[in-house]
Amino acid sequence: MAAMAAALRGPVARFRSRTRAWTRGTRGAANAVGAGQQQQQQQQSFDLLVIGGGSGGLACAKEAAQLGKKVAVADYVEPSPRGTRWGLGGTCVNVGCIPKKLMHQAALLGGMIKDAHHYGWEVTLPIQHSWKKMAEAVQNHVKSLNWGHRVQLQDRKVKYFNIKASFVNEHMVQGVDKGGKVTLLSADHIVIATGGRPRYPTQIKGAMEYGVTSDDIFWLKESPGKTLVVGASYVALECAGFLTGIGLDTTVMMRSIPLRGFDQQMSSLVTEHMESHGTRFLKGCVPSLIQKLPTGQLQVTWEDHASGKEDTGTFDTVLWAIGRVPETRNLNLEKAGVNVNPENQKIVVDAQEATSVPHIFAIGDVAEGRPELTPTAIKAGKLLAQRLFGKSSALMDYSNVPTTVFTPLEYGCVGLSEEEAVALHGQEHVEVYHAYYKPLEFTVTDRDASQCYIKMVCLREPPQLVLGLHFLGPNAGEVTQGFALGIKCGASYAQVMQTVGIHPTCSEEVVKLHISKRSGLEPTVTGC
Amino acid sequence: MSSPPGRRARLSSPGTSRLSSEAREELRRRLKDLIEGNRVMIFSKSYCPHSAKVKELFSSLGVEYYILELDQVDDGINVQEVLTEISNQKTVPNIFVNKVHVGGCDRTFQAHRSGLLQKLLHEDSANDYDLIVIGGGSGGLSCAKEAAKFGKKVMVLDFVVPSPQGSSWGLGGTCVNVGCIPKKLMHQAALLGQALQDSRKYGWEYNKQVKHNWETMTEAIQNHISSLNWSYRLKLREKGVAYINAYGEFVEPSKIKATNKKGQETFYTASTFVIATGERPRYLGIQGDKEYCITSDDLFSLPHCPGRTLVVGASYVGLECAGFLAGLGLDVTVMVRSVLLRGFDQEMAEKVGSYLEKEGIKFQRKFTPVLIQQMERGSPGVLRVVAKSTEGPETIEGVYNTVLLAVGRESCTRKIGLEKIGVKINEKSGKIPVNDMEQTNVPHVYAVGDILEGKPELTPVAIQAGKLLARRLFGGSLEKVYHNLFWPLEWTVTGRDNNTCYAKIICNKFDNERVVGFHLLGPNAGEITQGFAVAMKCGLTKQLLNDTIGIHPTCSEVFTTLEITKSSGLDITQKGC
Repeated sequence: MAAMAAALRGPVARFRSRTRAWTRGTRGAANAVGAGQQQQQQQQSFDLLVIGGGSGGLACAKEAAQLGKKVAVADYVEPSPRGTRWGLGGTCVNVGCIPKKLMHQAALLGGMIKDAHHYGWEVTLPIQHSWKKMAEAVQNHVKSLNWGHRVQLQDRKVKYFNIKASFVNEHMVQGVDKGGKVTLLSADHIVIATGGRPRYPTQIKGAMEYGVTSDDIFWLKESPGKTLVVGASYVALECAGFLTGIGLDTTVMMRSIPLRGFDQQMSSLVTEHMESHGTRFLKGCVPSLIQKLPTGQLQVTWEDHASGKEDTGTFDTVLWAIGRVPETRNLNLEKAGVNVNPENQKIVVDAQEATSVPHIFAIGDVAEGRPELTPTAIKAGKLLAQRLFGKSSALMDYSNVPTTVFTPLEYGCVGLSEEEAVALHGQEHVEVYHAYYKPLEFTVTDRDASQCYIKMVCLREPPQLVLGLHFLGPNAGEVTQGFALGIKCGASYAQVMQTVGIHPTCSEEVVKLHISKRSGLEPTVTGC
Repeated sequence: MSSPPGRRARLSSPGTSRLSSEAREELRRRLKDLIEGNRVMIFSKSYCPHSAKVKELFSSLGVEYYILELDQVDDGINVQEVLTEISNQKTVPNIFVNKVHVGGCDRTFQAHRSGLLQKLLHEDSANDYDLIVIGGGSGGLSCAKEAAKFGKKVMVLDFVVPSPQGSSWGLGGTCVNVGCIPKKLMHQAALLGQALQDSRKYGWEYNKQVKHNWETMTEAIQNHISSLNWSYRLKLREKGVAYINAYGEFVEPSKIKATNKKGQETFYTASTFVIATGERPRYLGIQGDKEYCITSDDLFSLPHCPGRTLVVGASYVGLECAGFLAGLGLDVTVMVRSVLLRGFDQEMAEKVGSYLEKEGIKFQRKFTPVLIQQMERGSPGVLRVVAKSTEGPETIEGVYNTVLLAVGRESCTRKIGLEKIGVKINEKSGKIPVNDMEQTNVPHVYAVGDILEGKPELTPVAIQAGKLLARRLFGGSLEKVYHNLFWPLEWTVTGRDNNTCYAKIICNKFDNERVVGFHLLGPNAGEITQGFAVAMKCGLTKQLLNDTIGIHPTCSEVFTTLEITKSSGLDITQKGC
């Protein structure tokens, strides 16, 4: 009976709260837009408002809607300086994971065409690659995903606004659409999931004007041609990798180390392989000027830190991949009282994903200290919705998140790098098992496998708990996933050794690891 | 546990003890040393009448034996538990003769009656080898190499009887020559065909006329296999394992006849045998099958493209072959008697089937061939296949270039003289039943790999099992640890604890007892250790330590007199002066 009474009271209560929101809202709007002189203002209120329609935001919104809540998503793609724009779904779908893996696949297929004749396939030369055809196929797939996201929101009755949102006060957000029309949205809970965008080195003359970023590369209609990739993040190396793979003259310019934050031994093997695969590297170099030549090509001037000399080169395209900045500057966070880290502009969150304002949350790339990965954002968004609307109290576990870098030779990893393990437990307490191996598929084609390498970082005390796994080789993502589960379950080296391999695969090399770095023995695997 | 040794101690189940894994390893080493160090080792209980009978037997034979009475040692319960792990026998008496586990009272008497016991007793060093492995496949090779690591004298006999079509190959067994390796490579070739098709959608442009050349592919694959055969030979040599390319056959319990290609016979003896002969494809036993059909033994080295192919059987071998043949562009039909992928999840198996159908493979369900006829010779020729329905009188006919049989595999256990030494096989399947320790009913004969009854037929399983078997048979640890507690002279006067200071060295048993570890707990440890560290760099052995005169009275002299091994379990505490 009590429950029924509560249920009957429900709508009234909500109505009341909406009224409250309304009054607060009007006041806020007055502050923000000045006397409400705008063209007709709409105002709507929700249980949950998500700002940002990327992986995390959409997951959170859909989960909340499924729990019967009234949910809105505000998403707006500010065109890149080059004018590239895209649809719903955020970075991953439009200018990240999805297109990059497809272009990586295109590059892998190029390698397979070369391999095929060893396996008896008679392909007549010449073999060429059409950027246009690939880009069109990739873009069509992305557009179908944009559409799919729209449909999913509609199916779950999530209200979608294509507006640029900013805070008016702690419960009210105003959004401006393409035509300049303003909408006011209020909500009990607000989730910020605006992600990040590529950084431009604005101090370098010509950088903004002539350079592109990962926001543009996947949407280029014509081949980028001879390309200079600046940076050594995974974005930089992945792009350089597939550009080389489809036959473009590609150079990577890096200031210091590759893949900062990843295991450094693995990282240098990755770049070593890329070099042998045809990517040129300019190490210890920093660009200082980009100029457009009369031919339409770009002349890049850079400084070589080692020699102190200046050098120049000519490219068709310059791709900046020097990091990403969180999308927090235009949100008017101060109006809501949401704190950001002044150093990196990321939003400070606690274990509940809550910001400094208890009913405002942040997930995904915009949140401070979170891995910038799609699956973590999705999971965090889902769990957040479940916590907010009473389905569970489970927190997101950010430890041992597996990931893979899709360079020509893929690098999958989970858990601690060797450096982290040593820093955390001390050299004396860490045992690293490692092996170089040759994938069976490489043998017939005589492909170079000198960078196919596996390393498992363990505690030294029996049963030698596995702290991290690092895998460099084909299909690294597929290989790593299962082991990530093992590590979550607290796998020990002893247990890994008790596992029977799947023959003949690359992943069986993991369960055959038996040479420790400490032993100093040659870690080269020969035969079965 | 305060219960007196006796009935209750015997009743206590082995699982209840709380032995740490380290202590367990230690105990296992101790027991291994006992088993290996004594010609006849009897684990017994002083009150056990069966144990007494066994002791009488050995006494009457005039054979010296060593006894460990479990009820008279402190850790008897643990000993019994570890003994169970070593021998898969829970009860006492538990008898080992020349390192071979004979069994309990009954089996010992049985062995005495059959003459096996006398054989085992007289084997000592008279045998040519510690271990002979019959079969150089994944399991056999891994077992042989591992045993060699423990300093054992090991031989591998490997001989490939040519298939009815005449195919033959080198060292390494099924996986390397006619299994996992070539099949995955042909699978890869088929995947690349798919990749070629895909690549156009990803912007790759080239002449549409792409043909597949079977000869190029097989040559590349066979070259890779030859390099593997070679590397296996090399590895055996590196590890000091004798390899003979000859057919092995038991003639006596510890003697084997090796017949080489030329028909020359040689005889070898060993104290332990491991059978790892694996399996070969089965034939249907119908008219024309051995004459005209090929099996997986022939396919991977077939000198010509098989053309239009009928695959008989829907085991994983059948479907894998059908899959890659179709992927290479061939017209493929699979004839299935009953279900696909027996033993696998059937929903998944059917999904595999429908995918293959979508890829263009035809299925003839519930039919089995009854006659194969050659219509035309050639490379490939033309064969006529008559098949009969399994459900009625209906028959169908088909014409193919190649018929590939994939109707199961048969253990190679019937022609290796097992009956002569009494090793039981399952008469129906030809498989060898073994206990959890891979031991056959004849104590010194073991078996690994595909010929085992009820075990998975997979390469990594055989490799792992072979390795573990060798470790159980020969070894535990490669290291020998000497240690002692000592009482520094300076501490005596002051009455400081006499069991604090500890010296330990670790030696590699199979490298001339070279010292590989040096540990000291006591005063001036740094000063003492430095010099020994240099000595270790120079290849210090236990013998050199023994030969060195101590400097008296110092602490460091203790290292010149270390005598007690850790595995002996002897007391190292200092009592009195």
